[in-house]
Amino acid sequence: MVTYPAWVTDDDLVFKALADPTRRFLLDLLFQRDGRTLTELESELEMTRFGVMKHLRVLEDAGLVVARRSGREKLHFLNPIPIQLLHDRWIGKYRERHASALTNLKTELEGMA
Amino acid sequence: MTTTATAIGTTQVYRVYIKTTPQAIWDAITQPEWTERYGYCGRVDFDLRPGGRYIGYTSEGMRAAGAPEVGVDGEVVEVDPPHKLVQTFRMAMDPAMAAQGFTRVTYEIEERKNGVTRLTLTHELEGAPMLAVLMSGGMEDQGAGGGWSWVLSGLKTLLETGQSLDAAGHQ
Repeated sequence: MVTYPAWVTDDDLVFKALADPTRRFLLDLLFQRDGRTLTELESELEMTRFGVMKHLRVLEDAGLVVARRSGREKLHFLNPIPIQLLHDRWIGKYRERHASALTNLKTELEGMA
Repeated sequence: MTTTATAIGTTQVYRVYIKTTPQAIWDAITQPEWTERYGYCGRVDFDLRPGGRYIGYTSEGMRAAGAPEVGVDGEVVEVDPPHKLVQTFRMAMDPAMAAQGFTRVTYEIEERKNGVTRLTLTHELEGAPMLAVLMSGGMEDQGAGGGWSWVLSGLKTLLETGQSLDAAGHQ
């Protein structure tokens, strides 16, 4: 296992975690219904249990998934805060200052079509 | 973002790492001088003992827009400063949400290495689907704030920089 610094909200870990379609799919599954077990998540993917565990570990290291024990089960929750922080740091300022006119135009044009 | 209640589970978990002490986070959650500086910016009144009352007041801005004085109410369940706080939580200012009753919020504050503290918020929302949508940020487009991830990222920004997110034009 890789050792990361204690503050695992590091942007690099989040970008790396998001740069994989399987991991984004896992996040979408948890967005649809939060608090799922490994077995439930595994049933949605054509992948070994070990493979799903590896992806979940990367998501947990990035802080995007938080695993909590509930009785005998380990439940996985989507933690949206790293994405909120990425948004605040990287997306919000560009969108607000420069890009909103363009996206508004895009929405208007697509709405007319 | 979708606002259908079915898209959201009944328990929500939020975790944020903040470069500060557990005591600073505890104060920022329980002291009105701090709570009026991030998130919904209302003052809180915590009677910090089991069975003690909790009131989350609305901000001046919300009252100017017609909101009642009490935004959220509840009761303190468990107090272990500065590590754990469990409380009940009801959105009192909205009659439909108030009718869905009390939910349960747990704050867990754990010191990590290098001066970083981990804050985990668990909100058990069984029976309160409207509040679940609100707290997941699903009503942000309607001007209802961005829910817990917005509140907690504001808390992080305030404690790490001394600045409010609102000052940066976030809302």
